[in-house]
Formats: sequence, structure tokens, C-alpha cells
Amino acid sequence: MEYEAVIGLEVHVQVKTHSKMFCGCKNEFGAPPNTHTCPVCLGMPGVLPTPNLEAVKKTVLTGLMLGCEINRICKFDRKSYFYPDMPKNYQISQYDQPLCLDGGVVLGKYAFPKDAQKDPIASAKKNVRLIRIHLEEDVAKSFHFETTSGIDFNRAGTPLMEIVTQADIASPEEAFAFLSTLQQTLSQARISDADMEKGQLRCDCNISVRPKGQLEFGTKCEIKNMNSISGVRRAVAYEITRQIQTISNGGKISQETRRWDDAAGQTYLMRTKEQAHDYRYFPDPDLMPMRTDLGLVESMKQQMPETPSMREERYMRDYALNDYDASVLSSDIDLSHYFEGVLNAAQGDRQKVAKAIANFIINDLLGLLGGADQTLADCKIMPEHFGGLVSCVDAGKISSKQAKEVFVEMFATGKEPSTIIQEKGMVQISDEGALESFAKQAIEANPKSVDDYRAGKMAALNALKGQAIKLSKGKANPQLIGEVLEKLLNA
Amino acid sequence: MDVSYVAHLARLALSQDEITRFQSQLSGVLEHVGQMQKLDVEGIEPTAHASPVYNVFREDVELPSLPVEDALKNAPQQANNLIIMPKIVE
Amino acid sequence: MELFFETLTGLREKLATKKVSPTEVLDALKKRVEAVEPSIRAFNHIDWETARAEAAALTPEDLAKPLGGVPVAIKDVMAVKGQPLTCSSRILKGFVSPYDACVIEKLRAAGAIPLGRANMDEFAMGSSTENSADGPTHNPWDTGRIPGGSSGGSAACVSADEAIVALGSDTGGSIRQPAALCGCVGLKPTYGRVSRYGLVAFASSLDQIGPLSKTVEDSARILQVIAGHDARDNTSAAEPVPDYLSGLNQGVKGLKLGVPKEYFIHGIDPEVEKIIRDAIQHLSDLGAEIVDISLPHTNYALASYYIVAPAEASANLARFDGVRYGARVKDGKDVIDTYCRTREKGFGSEVKRRIILGTYVLSSGYYDAYYLRAQKVRTLIRRDFSEAFGKCDAILTPTTPTPAFKIGEKTEDPMQMYLADVFTIAVNMAGICGLSLPCGFAAQGKHGRLPVGLQIIGKAFDEATLLRVGQAYEQSTEWRKERPACA
Ligand SMILES: [Mg+2]
Ligand SMILES: [Zn+2]
Repeated sequence: MEYEAVIGLEVHVQVKTHSKMFCGCKNEFGAPPNTHTCPVCLGMPGVLPTPNLEAVKKTVLTGLMLGCEINRICKFDRKSYFYPDMPKNYQISQYDQPLCLDGGVVLGKYAFPKDAQKDPIASAKKNVRLIRIHLEEDVAKSFHFETTSGIDFNRAGTPLMEIVTQADIASPEEAFAFLSTLQQTLSQARISDADMEKGQLRCDCNISVRPKGQLEFGTKCEIKNMNSISGVRRAVAYEITRQIQTISNGGKISQETRRWDDAAGQTYLMRTKEQAHDYRYFPDPDLMPMRTDLGLVESMKQQMPETPSMREERYMRDYALNDYDASVLSSDIDLSHYFEGVLNAAQGDRQKVAKAIANFIINDLLGLLGGADQTLADCKIMPEHFGGLVSCVDAGKISSKQAKEVFVEMFATGKEPSTIIQEKGMVQISDEGALESFAKQAIEANPKSVDDYRAGKMAALNALKGQAIKLSKGKANPQLIGEVLEKLLNA
Repeated sequence: MDVSYVAHLARLALSQDEITRFQSQLSGVLEHVGQMQKLDVEGIEPTAHASPVYNVFREDVELPSLPVEDALKNAPQQANNLIIMPKIVE
Repeated sequence: MELFFETLTGLREKLATKKVSPTEVLDALKKRVEAVEPSIRAFNHIDWETARAEAAALTPEDLAKPLGGVPVAIKDVMAVKGQPLTCSSRILKGFVSPYDACVIEKLRAAGAIPLGRANMDEFAMGSSTENSADGPTHNPWDTGRIPGGSSGGSAACVSADEAIVALGSDTGGSIRQPAALCGCVGLKPTYGRVSRYGLVAFASSLDQIGPLSKTVEDSARILQVIAGHDARDNTSAAEPVPDYLSGLNQGVKGLKLGVPKEYFIHGIDPEVEKIIRDAIQHLSDLGAEIVDISLPHTNYALASYYIVAPAEASANLARFDGVRYGARVKDGKDVIDTYCRTREKGFGSEVKRRIILGTYVLSSGYYDAYYLRAQKVRTLIRRDFSEAFGKCDAILTPTTPTPAFKIGEKTEDPMQMYLADVFTIAVNMAGICGLSLPCGFAAQGKHGRLPVGLQIIGKAFDEATLLRVGQAYEQSTEWRKERPACA
């Protein structure tokens, strides 16, 4: 039987601020233990929380960038459970009136792992819907020793965003693409560095499988402890296989929490579904409610950086790129920056040049990078040099065919295009006299084509053009030689 | 009310005597509190704050923390500037 | 007259004119405390040495400040840096506060000296100060009786002249009720008037700090210093603070004072009712217009309070787990066992009962029927008051249904104990202000004299009117001059 996976993610993201969520202690990773603490974040008797505006703003900004609806009236709630890393034994979080609702993340092709980009699913521009984004406080960090645990409260009370998706994700690759897009969006807007390896982005995956076509969900397991986006991919893949195998062998999936062991490449049972948690949420009486319609949303809209989908639209509108080109170039922020850098450096008609650059990037550069197992960051071609090359073609100094050769050389050596053109003696012949001589030679050597042309077969002109260019060793300006040929043939 | 269950949610151990005593005392209280159920509260907005004001925020400014000795001064057990607990098992 | 008999106003006059020094005041109080404390037990702790050092460090400029050189007793629920903060609970044994509450900073800035940790019901839960890990405080008018609570230590120390003035906290009547039972003045300011930063939370949406004093004017002087916005308390109001002294002696002519019929029916002691009726008549004689009003949801105030307050408390008290501070059991099997037994040992019965009640009403399946409904009832109570204040400037009621009861009388019947706050709770639920002041004596108790308190309820942020009415009543009667038996 064929099975399909149903995956939902709960992502916690540390918000980049100077101070903690509810007190003035520094929000900093890596300081000596318990040096960034005060009565408030230690949950001392008598203290009160005061909410950090910047964290609220950044959560709203995240919501806007991910197409969420920003709740007009929001509040903070207390979520009660006892744990030594939580100073008050309740977490200030948001329950029924979170800052952001709905929204989604569109999975662009280049957000997928490289080896999966050819899969048609990578080009499907799937939208992973979000349920909500809310703001809460992080807990302390525990260190485990033989018989005891030690707690460092530096992280306690730092701002944390929780992003919850619908169970829209169907594969490990989609989970990867979702997280890499999210990571990119958040870091680009300076909301968070969202580095999983540093724990700035933490992700729990809820995974179930069901026979393909079945509507009802299977029993889900929650997977924790992934430390990288590729770790999530592997953990999800492992877990899907485990669940399918269990079911295929006649077993049953029981609802449980499993821990990913990255070194072993396996998930292990952490705990079976014990007594359901009773978090006893209620509105935090220490904190006033929030209204986002009193300027907060408006000001964040103005500060909103361009999202990939906004960029895609702009490319189509301003440069008349087709949707495929625009989507590829806008899917990755580094690629977009590179493209725009090249475009800025290139001379000539914007739309024409943009199309030429897009072709170079998509048809040549990405292939070269893939072949060399490199990323854009490793690319030796400076945007200025790239732009110069495109300008040369546009000005008719070299042919497109020559340009391709130059491009490969630039990729290998990082040399300026002018240097390569000179070294290779690649100058396009546009001089009418020289072109006429190649044209005449071609006409003389190919009487059959000449007859065909005169009989009305327009394709014969191309054959003659090809011959003339060949005679020029590829240096003849293809457009001009065509014109010269026509003139001679019609004379 | 299941006093033992609720007490455990609140991480409160109780003696058998307390469980019995609280059970009867609290059912008296709940009976009184139950009067509230007679009121028609249809369409009434709940009051969470005595005087609701919106958007009371703090600017994102760093303030001095406690010296680590002061932060840990009251801790029942500590070592190497960490607060020590019996081993936490996840 | 001995210095410890002084009012705040009188003492300030002597300090400002250098007739006495702050250390002489401390010496006098020490003598008094040593004399009466064995029978009253109003304090959990007094650090005379620190107070003396602080008194000695006061400059002439400090002594010119509004509270320069005045010692203020502090309920053991407010943080004073370097002093124990126990909330009369075993769970906070040994805890020393690393910071000052906002009110303490304000007191210090006004030249005052925090002196002594006043006894209280554990975590402010109670109406008799019997729920204290340090043992009960005794009523100075009859030491066999309770002083009221939860600010029983604060009320008793002022009443017994062990303190010039004290700070208490009021969640459901915890300033006004003991003030009434001990025969002193107690003011619960409007919610948000005084910062709660540094007040150990019982029920965050109800708690408010206020003064207990010998006279209305003394309360006005304290409120003047502690009121005002504080950025560390999100619920602190940005309302301007008026000059409470300038309007104090305007009298009651032209004021409409409402008398709600619902406060004169349920379980009220006939003697108390008579005394309150006389006090109302007295204010009428002074020129106030007395109007009949109705607060129809009064009966539901207590019920909704015993949902809201324990619910908030159950979360507020979760932090007392023996991890970062406080007394922890040493032999816990694991983390959960350590929690459960630390809290079992650390908390007294009343605190446990309320934590269980509060946890229950918030738990899955009960939230809507209890907590949410109580919040809605709260809205109705607020509406009652705003309608009433359309007809009057302030409201007059008894503070308590009975005078002080005997120690041990109600400890086994929590519901009976809760009814002691039946007249004060609605004020907290509505977030408005209330003042209690002595208005006579019931011929009850060991010495046949137990104080009775008149409660004046005011609109939000209208403490000035309460003080004005209180002052008119106080200054035209002689009750303030009465001294308890322990003197
Ligand atoms: Mg969370
Ligand atoms: Zn802090």
C-alpha cells in the first residue's frame, strides 16, 4: 500500500532585541551563567513584567511578511506548568488572542535541498499555511550532571516567537524548504538570526502517516531535538519510514514524543502520551492588553522589507521577466541581490539586459555552481564583471555565443570579461566591408541555398548566415551579416 | 472536586487528613461560589483589568542585571554560578 | 506625651523643628515595642540597627522632606532590600530581598525609614492574621481576639502605638478590615494608584498597597508620597496625583453620600449597624446629603472574588518551589517530588486551600463556568458602582459585619472566615478606592470595647473625596483619641 505523510511544525524563534521580553537584562547568548539576571527574570517575589515594544513590533513584522492577519486586540496569558527552567512556573505566552493569525510560507524551488530541486514538487510553489504566530518568553538553560542539573537563567525571559503551521507539509524536503524560507525571511528582516545550530530557531515536528487518499489522519508523533535544517529533513524522513514500516508490519503507531539523535540518525522514544497537560491558561493580570490598530501595524508595514513574492512581482513588472525567471531569481535573497547587482552594473536597455542576465544565471551560472558543488557565496564572477559582459553583448562587441565562452572562463578564473575577450581575440566583426566579403564567399560557395532563397524559402537565409559566420570564425555580428546577405541576394 | 488530582497539578503534596479536610471545606466554598451560576451573564464582557489601558510598553533598553552573587544569594543549592536541582529527566 | 503616641503629622512637626531627632523617635518606639510586643506580636522581624544607621545618615535636607525621619512599619509582603521578606510563610524562611519595592523607594526618597516587618496572614490570605507561620497577632483592644487581616500586624502595631504609621496591602479588604477591627484608619487606594512593584502578589488584578494610620491626615500624607505612575508596573495608572492635603478640610457640605441598602441586611451585628447608622446621621448633621442607593450585585461579589483571587493566586504562588530561593526539602526523590514536598511543608492550610481552589477553577473544563463567569460578574459589580456614582459622590457602609472575633473562632470554617470581608470585597472587584475609619465601639470583648469601622467608598482615583469625608467625620468626633487596653 502507498502511504503519505502529514506533517505540521511548531517553530520557536528567538527575537533579536537588546533586552529581554519583560525586563531590562541583556538578551545575549553565551555570557557566563546567571550574569544576565535580575529579580524579574528570576521570578523573585514581588516583581512584575513590563513588555518589550521591540519584540512586539518584530512579531507583527514577521506576521506581515508571512501574510498573516494581525489581530486587532491581543493580550498575554499565563501558561502554567512546573519546570525548573521556568522561574515563575508559568510562562507568559499568548493563548486565544495571539498577535498574528493565518498567513503562509510559499516554498520556492531554491528553498528545497539542492538534490531535490529537480523534483516537480519543488517548482509547485506550495503554500504552507500558518495557524498563528504568538510572542512568549523563553525558558532557562539546563545542564545535566550525574545526579544533579544546573540551571543558567540568562536565557530565561528572552523574547520568543512561536510559529505554528497547519499540517500542510507532506515530505522531509518540504519541511526543509519551509524552514529555510523562514530562516531567510527572518534573518533578512533582522528579526532573528534564526540559526538552528545556535538554538535561535527550534522546531518540533508533528508527523503522522496514512494510506494515500485516506482523509482521516493517522496517529501522530512529536519529534524533538533537531539541531539543523538538514537534521529536520533527516529526522522527518526517518520517522516517516519508521511509521510506515511499523504499520506495514501490522504494528500500531502510539501517540508519543520522540527524540532525534543526529549522530545515530534515529528517533528514540522520549515519553508516551502521559496525562494530558492542563496549562490553565488565563489572561495575565499583570499585563495590559494590546491594540495593534493604533499605529503599530501601519508603522510596521512601512518598515516591511520586500518578501520573495513581492520581489517576484516586481521583476515581472519592471523587467518584463517571465514568471519562471522571476520566481527563480526571487526565491533566494542572495540570488536576488546578485541579480540586481549585475543589473545595476550592466549598460543597455533594462528589459533586454535583465532577460540576458536572467538567462545567464538560470541557464549557465546555476549549472556551473551545481557542477562545481559551490554556492553563490563561492562564485568568482563579480557582479560588475558580469554586468560588463552583458553590456558587451548588448553593444554588439561580442556575440552571445562568444559571451557564453567568456562566462565559463570568468566562472573558472574570476577574470574581467575584457581581459578574456582580449586574450581570446574575440572581437565581433561589425564592419560592413568585412561582413560583405564573408557574405559574398558564402553566396558563392552555396548556390543551392541561394536558389532556395530566391524560390522563397526563407530558411535558406539562415543557412547562408551560418556559413558566413563560420567563415568569420564566429566573429561576425549575426544580425548585421543577415542584413548584408539579404541586401546582396536581393540586389 | 478531586482534591488529590488538583493538588498534584499545583505540585502540592497533601496528607490524607488534609485531603479529607480540604474536600469538605472546599465543597462548602464551591457551594457558595455556585450562587454565581444563578446570574444571567449573557452578552456581558469579562473584566480582566480594573481599568483597561492598551499598549503599555517598555522601550528596548538594556538595564543593569544583578551581580551573580546577589542573584544566587537566596538559592538553596548552587555550584559554579549555576542553581543546582535534583537531576531533571526529560 | 511619649513620642510613640504621636501621629505622623505631629511627629513631623517635631522633627522638622528639630524638637526631636530621628534616633530619639526610634528609641521611643523601641521602648514601646519591647513593652507591648509580647502580648501583641505585630512584627515578624525588626532590624533596629539598620534603622538606626539610616536615621543617623539623614541629612538636614532629608529631614525637611515630607516624611523626613519618620519610621514606617512595612507589612512583610513588600520587598525591602537587605531585609527578610517572608509573607509570614515558612516557604520564604531565610529569604532576603535583593531589591526595594517601588513604595519603599518612594518612602526613602521622602526621608522615611522602613522599620519592621509587620505580621500578616500567609501571602495575605486571610482575615485574621491567624494564618501566619510566625503565629497570630493579637488585637490591642482585646488580646484574645484577632486584629483582622491580612494586614493584621500593620493595623495592630499602629493601634498599639508600636508604629507611627504602617503600610499594608488590600486584596479583598486586607487594609480596611483590620483597620476597622483595630480602631485605626486604613486606606485602599484605587487599583493602579500605587505601584505594585515589590509587593508579593496574591491576586494581581486586586492587590493594592495603602497606609494604616492613626488619623485621616496621616493617611493622606502617606498616600501623597506613595501614589503615582511607575513604569515597572504595567497596571500602574498614568493619572495625575492631586495634592491630598489641600482639600482635606473642605467639610462635607454639598457632598452627596450614598447608603446602599444591600449592606445592611446580611449577617450584620445589630450593634455595628446602630453605630454605622449613627455615623451616617453624624455626617448628615455635618451637612452632607444622604441618598439611598442600590448595589444590586453585592451578593455576588464574594462569590466571584473567591474565584478570581484564588485563580490568580494559584499562578502567582507557583514560583515558590524551592529552586531559586526559599526553603527546599533536602531529600526529594526527583524534581517533582522536591516540588510537591517543598510546597507541602512550606505552605499553611489556607494557602493550600486557595491554591487548590484556584487551580481547580482554571483547570480544563471548568474555566468558563468559574473564571470567565466571575470576570463577567466583575463587570456587573463595576456597573453597579458607576451607576451609583451617578447619584452620589461617595458611599457609606460598615467596614465589617461584626467587631473582632475570638482567636480560633473561625479557623476551621473557611467560609465563615471569608464572610468577614463581605463588605470590603466589592471595592477591590471594581478597582475603586475605600477608606475605613473608627466610628465607635461595640460593647463587646474582654474590656467591653471593640472598635467599629465606617467604610467610605469612592470613585476611581477620587481618594481626595474619601479623605475629605473622613477628615470631616474624624475631626468632629473624639474616637481618634481612644487608646486600646494594652496601653
Ligand atoms: Mg511555546
Ligand atoms: Zn532580568
